[in-house]
Amino acid sequence: MSQAEPFPNDPMVPPELSSNVFISTIDKFYNWGRKRSMWPMMFGLACCAIEMICVAAGRYDLARFGAELMRPSPRQADLMIVSGTVTKKMVPTIVRLYNQMPEPKYVLSMGACATSGGPFKEGYNVVSGIDKFLPVDVYVPGCPPKPEALLQGLLKLFEKIEKQSIRDVAWYRKTAIEAVPVPVLGPDLIDMRRAMEIREMSQSPVEPAADPAQA
Amino acid sequence: MAAKAAAAPVAELTGPLAGLKEKFGEAVKPGDFEGVVINHDRLVEVATYIRDELGYDYLTSVTGVDYLAQNEMEVVYHVLNTRAGGAPLVFKARTPRENAVVPSLITVWPGADFQEREAWDLLGIKFEGHPYLKRILMWEGFSGHPLRKDWKEAYYEQDVKPFDSRWPGGHHRRAEDRVPYADNVNFPADFDPTVYTAQADAAVYERFKNYEVDERGQFVPKEAVKDENGNGKFQEYLETDELVVNLGPQHPSTHGVFRMVVALDGEKIMHLEPVMGYLHRNHEKIGERNTYIQNMPFTDRLDYLSSMSNNFGYALAVEKLMKVTPPERAEYIRVIMAELTRICNHVWAIGFLLNDLGAFFTPALYAIEERELILDLFEAVSGSRMMCNYFRFGGVARDLPVGWLETCRELVFNRLPKKVDELDYFLSENEIIRARCEGSGVLTGDDAVKYSTAGPVLRASGVAYDVRRAEPYSIYERFEFDVAVRNHGDVYDRYLIRLDEVRQSLRILQQALNQIPEKGEIQAGKKQYSARVPAGQAYGRVEGPKGELGFYVVSDGTANPYRYHIRAPSFINLTALGPMSVGQKIADAVIILGSIDIVLGETDR
Ligand code: SF4
Repeated sequence: MSQAEPFPNDPMVPPELSSNVFISTIDKFYNWGRKRSMWPMMFGLACCAIEMICVAAGRYDLARFGAELMRPSPRQADLMIVSGTVTKKMVPTIVRLYNQMPEPKYVLSMGACATSGGPFKEGYNVVSGIDKFLPVDVYVPGCPPKPEALLQGLLKLFEKIEKQSIRDVAWYRKTAIEAVPVPVLGPDLIDMRRAMEIREMSQSPVEPAADPAQA
Repeated sequence: MAAKAAAAPVAELTGPLAGLKEKFGEAVKPGDFEGVVINHDRLVEVATYIRDELGYDYLTSVTGVDYLAQNEMEVVYHVLNTRAGGAPLVFKARTPRENAVVPSLITVWPGADFQEREAWDLLGIKFEGHPYLKRILMWEGFSGHPLRKDWKEAYYEQDVKPFDSRWPGGHHRRAEDRVPYADNVNFPADFDPTVYTAQADAAVYERFKNYEVDERGQFVPKEAVKDENGNGKFQEYLETDELVVNLGPQHPSTHGVFRMVVALDGEKIMHLEPVMGYLHRNHEKIGERNTYIQNMPFTDRLDYLSSMSNNFGYALAVEKLMKVTPPERAEYIRVIMAELTRICNHVWAIGFLLNDLGAFFTPALYAIEERELILDLFEAVSGSRMMCNYFRFGGVARDLPVGWLETCRELVFNRLPKKVDELDYFLSENEIIRARCEGSGVLTGDDAVKYSTAGPVLRASGVAYDVRRAEPYSIYERFEFDVAVRNHGDVYDRYLIRLDEVRQSLRILQQALNQIPEKGEIQAGKKQYSARVPAGQAYGRVEGPKGELGFYVVSDGTANPYRYHIRAPSFINLTALGPMSVGQKIADAVIILGSIDIVLGETDR
C-alpha cells in the first residue's frame, strides 16, 4: 500500500493513532493481501523444478515474497509453476490438477520447455507448451531460468495482480468458470476440445497450407 | 572395448569367448565387433552359460538397434563380472524387423525386466517369455514404436541435423504451421476420438491380479485376500481392508513425476508397481538426429542434478570411437568436475531423504547451501549453474578461470570436510532416523546383482563394485580411494554410504587439486564444431552419482550417431523397488524410493 496517504487530522481518530491509519481502495487492499501470500503448488516436472527448489531455499529465499508455502495439494494453492517439460503422458494430470485449484489461480510457465517444448520440442511425447491447454499468466524464459529470473517472473505476476479489480474478476461473477477438458491418452494425445475436428481430419486428411514465402 | 574391434572384425573368438564356440558350435558366431552374435534359438542356454561358467553375473545394458537397410533388428547385451571387474562382455541376437522376436533373458538376469520392456515399447522387439511385456515409457495404446527408423513424429522435418534451412524464404516458419493438426500429434486414419476408450491405466492395473474395477470405477479386490479367520494376508491380528493407492505422478515424495501404484493390506504393501514415462522426452530419438556435439547439452538434461557426470560418460563413449585422449590438464579438470558433481548429488540426496523421513526441509536447507557453493564453481567454468555442457570430445570447453582453483581448494580442503562431519553428527545417530531406516527396504547382495542395481544401492548391499575401480577410465587409477561398501542393504546403509562416498570424493579431489598441472592444453587437437567419428560402436561408462551410467553409441561414419542409447542407473535401479517394498509399510515405500535416489530426467529420458 505504498501509495496510501496517512489519514488526515480527523476528530474521529485520536491524534496518537493518526499516523497509523491509512485509507485505500478495497482493490489495493485486496490485491496487496493476495499477492503477498501467493502459495505455489509443490509440483515439479523436470530440471526447472530443481531451480525452483533452489529459489525456495536459503540463498534466494522465496519467503521474502510471501510465496514460500508450497502446497502439495492443489486445493490450497494459488499459483501453478509449470516447471519443466510437459509430456503428453503427464499433461492429463496437469490439467486435472489445474482444474482442482480454486480461483483465483495463476499459471507461471517456467523455462523453455513449459513455454514451447524447448530443446525437446520435436519429441514425440512432448507437448509444445503448456499454453496449448492452460491459460498462462507469466512466461519465464531460460533453460533453466536462473533463480533470479523466476523471482522476476513472480514480481511480474504481482504487477498483473495489482491491476485486477474486485469488480470484474471472473471468480466473483455469477457465471461458472468452466473447467479445462482433460486430454485423453489415445494413439496420440487427444485434446478433447478438438475431438470433432480430429475425427473429421483423420477421415479425410488435408495437407497444411504451403509456406507462402516458398511458393 | 567394442570400438576397437569395429574396424577389424575378429575372426577368432579369444579369451572368455573361446569356450563358447566349442560348446555351442554354430549357435555362436564372432561378430564384426568385439563380441559374439548368438542364434536366438539358443540365447537363453548360452546366456546361462555366460552367467554360470564365465562368471558374468550382472546384466548391465540391454537395448536394440534398428538396421533398416538390412531389414534386421539387433538386441545388444552388455554383461559384467562384478567379482573380477574388467570390460563388459558384449553379445547380440539378431531377428528380422517385421515380427521381431527374441527370447527374454529375465529368467537368467531379472534385471532385464524394465530394459526389455523399454526395447519393446520403443523398438517393437518382442521378448518371448517376459511376464509383463507392456509399454513402459509411453502409454499402452500409443501407436507405433517410435525409435524405429521408419517411424516419424508429427514435427518430423529431416533425418539429420543441421536441417537444410530453418529459414526458407528468409523467415522462420513455426513447426505448428507445417503440420496438419497444427500441433505435435498424429492420428491413424479413420480414428474417432469420441468413441475411443483409453487403455493406459487399465494396463497398469492388470498387474494387480486380485483386483478389478467395479461399476463405480473404484478399484476393489476380486475376492478378499483373507485367511480362514477373515484376516488379511499380512496382518495376523487385525481386520484389515485391501485397497489400491496411487502415489504420484504428482506427489511430493516421488521426487518428480514418478508414480507408484501400491496394493495395500491395511498399511502393508502387497504389491508395488512403478509407473514411469511421465518425463519421457525422447532423448534417444532426438539424439539420433543431432550431430555428435549437439548431444552434449542434451546429456546435461538427463540426470539434471549431475550434468558434469553425464557429459563425462558421453564424451568417453565418443572418444572411444574417435580414439582421442584428452591432455593431462583436461583429464584432471574432468575428474575434479565429476567428483564435485558426486558431492553435490549426494548431499542433495541426503537432504531429500530426510525430507521423505519427515524432517521437512531443515536438513535439506543445509545440504542445498553446500550445493550452491559448488554450483558457483560450475557457473564460473561453464556459464551455467546446472546445465554445464562443459565437456568436449578430447577435452573440455574452456580452461579454468583465474582464481578458480583457489576457491575450489578452500572448499575442498577446509569447508566441505567439516560440513560432511556436521551432517553426519546431526543426522546419523538420530534416534528417529535409525528407527525408521534400519532394517527397512532390505536388499541382499545377491538380489542387488540380480536386479542390476548400480551405484550406492549396489554397494550398500555389500557388493564392492565401482566402475572407477572395476574398469578405470580417465585417470582414476592414479588416485587413492576406497570403494565405499556397507553390508546391510537397508535404507540406513544407503544413507550412510552416501556420506562415505562424499568423503572418498573429497579424498580424490584433494589429490587431484594437488597434482593438477598449472598450465597446459585443455583440448586434444583443434576445437571443432562437428566431430568426425569413424564407424563402429562403443559403450562408454562412468560411475555416476546414481550408479553406472553408460552410453552405447553406434556410428555409421556420418555426422550423426546411428544409435544412441543410455543405460540409465535411475531407471534400472527401480527394478528393485518393488521387491524391496513388498511387506513394508506404505510410509516406508516413500523412504525406500528416497534411498534409491532417482532423477526422473534420467529414469524416463
Ligand atoms: S527448460 Fe531446460 S531446464 Fe527447464 S525443464 Fe526444459 S530442458 Fe530442463
